[in-house]
Amino acid sequence: MTERLESREKVTGTARYAFEYPVENVAYVAAVQASVGRGEITAVGTEAAMALPGVLAVLSCENAPRLSDPPDGELAVFQSRTVSYRGQFVAAVVGETLETAREAARLVHVEYAPEAPDVRLRTDHPSLYQPGKVNPVFPADTEQGEPEEVFNNSAVRVDVTYTTPAEHNNPMEPHATIALWDEHGYLTLYDSTQGASTVQSMVAQTFGLDPSHVRVVAPHVGGGFGSKGIPKPNVVLAAMAAGAAGRPVKFAVPRQQMYATTGYRTPTIQRLRLGADNDGRLNAILHDVVEQTSTVKEFAEQTATPTRVMYQAPHRRTSHRLVPLDVPTPSWMRAPGETPGMYALESVMDELAIATGIDPIELRIRNDTDREPESGLPFSSRNLVACLQEGAARFGWAGRDPATGVRWEGRKLIGTGVAASTYPAYMSPNRAIARAEPDGTFTVRIAAADIGTGARTALALIAAETLKADLGDVRVELGDSAFPRASVAGGSSGTAGWGTAVVRACEALRAKLNGAVAGGRGGSSHAGNGAIPPEGLEAAADTGAELKAREKYARHAFGAQFAEVEVDADTGEVRVRRMLGVFAAGRIINPATARSQFIGGMTMGVGMALLEESVMDEEFGDFLNRDLAQYHVPACADVRDIDAAWVEESDPHLNPMGSKGIGEIGIVGAAAAVGNAVHHATGIRVRHLPITPATLLPDL
Amino acid sequence: MRPFTYERATSAEDALTRHDGETYYLGGGTNLVDLMRLGVETPARLVDVAHLPYDEIQLTPDGGLLIGAAMSNSALAADRTVREGHPMLAQAVLAGASGQIRNMATVGGNLLQRTRCSYFQDTAKPCNKRDPGTGCPAREGEHHNLAILGHSEACVATQPSDMAVALSALDASVHVLGRAGERTIPMDEFHRLPDNEPERDTVLEPGDLVTAVEVPPLGMPSRYRKVRERASFAFALVSIAAALDVREGAVRDVRLALGGVAHKPWRAWRAEEALRGRPATRESFLRAAEAELDAAEPLRDNAYKVPLARNLIVRTLTELAERAEAAEPGEGTTS
Repeated sequence: MTERLESREKVTGTARYAFEYPVENVAYVAAVQASVGRGEITAVGTEAAMALPGVLAVLSCENAPRLSDPPDGELAVFQSRTVSYRGQFVAAVVGETLETAREAARLVHVEYAPEAPDVRLRTDHPSLYQPGKVNPVFPADTEQGEPEEVFNNSAVRVDVTYTTPAEHNNPMEPHATIALWDEHGYLTLYDSTQGASTVQSMVAQTFGLDPSHVRVVAPHVGGGFGSKGIPKPNVVLAAMAAGAAGRPVKFAVPRQQMYATTGYRTPTIQRLRLGADNDGRLNAILHDVVEQTSTVKEFAEQTATPTRVMYQAPHRRTSHRLVPLDVPTPSWMRAPGETPGMYALESVMDELAIATGIDPIELRIRNDTDREPESGLPFSSRNLVACLQEGAARFGWAGRDPATGVRWEGRKLIGTGVAASTYPAYMSPNRAIARAEPDGTFTVRIAAADIGTGARTALALIAAETLKADLGDVRVELGDSAFPRASVAGGSSGTAGWGTAVVRACEALRAKLNGAVAGGRGGSSHAGNGAIPPEGLEAAADTGAELKAREKYARHAFGAQFAEVEVDADTGEVRVRRMLGVFAAGRIINPATARSQFIGGMTMGVGMALLEESVMDEEFGDFLNRDLAQYHVPACADVRDIDAAWVEESDPHLNPMGSKGIGEIGIVGAAAAVGNAVHHATGIRVRHLPITPATLLPDL
Repeated sequence: MRPFTYERATSAEDALTRHDGETYYLGGGTNLVDLMRLGVETPARLVDVAHLPYDEIQLTPDGGLLIGAAMSNSALAADRTVREGHPMLAQAVLAGASGQIRNMATVGGNLLQRTRCSYFQDTAKPCNKRDPGTGCPAREGEHHNLAILGHSEACVATQPSDMAVALSALDASVHVLGRAGERTIPMDEFHRLPDNEPERDTVLEPGDLVTAVEVPPLGMPSRYRKVRERASFAFALVSIAAALDVREGAVRDVRLALGGVAHKPWRAWRAEEALRGRPATRESFLRAAEAELDAAEPLRDNAYKVPLARNLIVRTLTELAERAEAAEPGEGTTS
């Protein structure tokens, strides 16, 4: 148990976030959003805005500088007159103060030739198409055997459609940037991002700069949940505005503007068919997904991919179809793909358990597999069954009465539910530097991001272990693109990818130290022996080749989630009384921050199950609930008793630490566990999220 | 945000003299300042009245309470007299917002909260309440948490204050200092139904300053219950303020008000009338609830509020009746 190294700075407010850097002569940006859902901009009236004292510049498609090569359509800020969705940035003001900028933004008058936006996702949409791949690089469709025929001939068939709404990431810290250009045309960005190196390269491409001329600084980030994985239009806007005003600028996206401009999870419509024998053994699984993208850029959520991993079945089909709508581009949100996909799959498994009369844990055990069903690859490790059994013992599952709608406490109905979790153990190539300082301490540098996950602490522990040094003698510096290039804090890959580079750099440093100090141990007591030059000793690592050489395994973390809910029979209110997650995620580097990751994900899953829904207005074409008063994430009162545990897992096929990612698996399956518990409590099977009093009351 | 001036009133009379057409009184600012940031409210002048000496509860000669309008919501909810004599009021206040917001929010400001309808809060969309005559997109759009009672073609918004619902059931009255002097407005007449003037939430006239809320003694068990998707920090789907006096199995007196269903706290006069003198049974409560909700005109997506309100009336009255049954006579005033 190691407490977060920057705890004190964070709780005392001295940890500095992007917007807080003191910058001389700084100006402020306010953005104007499109007030039509689709159309062309016919004129931009800036006179009233420019007349306001303190306004430095007004930018729009009528005067914005041409960008060089924006890597995606959302970053082509002000490059066209086309409005692709309501809320798109169409103009911006730079002002001496934030208040001036915002008032001037209100005075910018944009005229449009509007058209009716098409924003409703449906399975019979004429523009439905098969994407070339789904996020990040998976095939859109896969098929094995004869799934339709085998399903039709199965003794037990479940054929149901689940839907999930659009959901927004809502990190506490909004997307925020300070942009400064120096006299040589070099750009510095203090940015709230999950990947300094990624912002560096994508912004460089956007403005036609050499990447070495862009520096991105982000030592502390107040959450992202995927929405800060790649730069969003606000970063480009900040850099453009700083150029136009000839001044450094600050731009924090107001919470209300985040709902259109910084990403969200696509709504999904998922048809699932499970065909099984009477003993619950699956013969066929079909998982067909319809979801949305924008007209600006394709984003295809990999919703059906967990179905390629979870259960044995000789006949299988997964498919993804997209509808391009006049909506903001969906993007990554905590466990894209697995989160909506496993909600549906694990709910349907519960339906199959009831259809076959088999306990839902036993059903999952019967369909466990030691090879990844679709690829046929062996799992590097798979401890789903251990998680289910350990969880069942801790939660008190034994003797559960499967009857629904029968456990009353006063006017409340009580029920329990279980669901499995899974998430891939991704890993990306990374670089790192380790230094031995003349004072006996060590410094590790890598452009990784700590978005509140505890990454800094985990990397320090990894470095200290490799260097055989005291944790207090190791300093980890991250969140700066000037450091060795690192992958994004996404795909739960940070600790694995960055950690491997840190291990290799530290090993190389030890080797150097051993060479430099005759008989030296390469450990922490190198100070004062005269062998460390005044400028220190440094070693670097690049894990690209090592990753390419890895053996072929299916690498995934697994877990099991248990929930007990109470449903008020008069009001339909659902409260989660207790929740337990048990995970098998390789070696846990730091139990303190790992537990926070798990229960944080589970809490987000409770939100998904019961609260979260971004409501699209079909007339106007934008999301209506645009602040934390209207978009509900769980409050403390919603999280009564939540716990996470993990089973020991030793997996030699992962990385030097033996770790799998833990940032996302906590949310995967959580909503299904809650939904299954609601069914157990009430007998009502809700197949669309969130589960609310409005949904339940008519059937209670 | 439109530029504005900020002034501190030195007295209630001084506040009135500083008030012109584009002036807003500022209490805790927990709603007004948000709306100013959104551009929904664009006052030219804010006159701060939060520090005026109306931050206490005085006992009235009849045993009721005179609650100062500048008192914080936290202080009101924590007050022992309120908790003991009018528990539903303390419960209602605590059911609203968060601890931090209740520390800032004043009693007067709480009464004057504006609707949370999302169309009202977005200046890029039409809204008859914000911009009279532009239309009401909520009728056909998103309205799952809007009104089922007393709405009009022009507006289907709901009044968001929990405290106001309890005050309505408590027969409270609002003390107002206006250009013509002091006057008192019964709580049930303070907020309006939208009719053709949804821009007017209340009957207050320009310059009117709320100085206090007077609450008569209650003398029977009471309860505030708020239904919401999130367990805390959410506005009501439906809420109920109820008090019930049962003697020898019959309803001697009853107070019922609903929140989250209308443009004002909905005093359930019909249900109350249907209950007085009737047996305190589930059947009576159900009939009373149905009598009240007969007038409901749910919209496409908020019909669930009708059975929700019905169940809530029956459940809350049943619990209060059970409590009365369990209590010895004369102990009915404790919660």
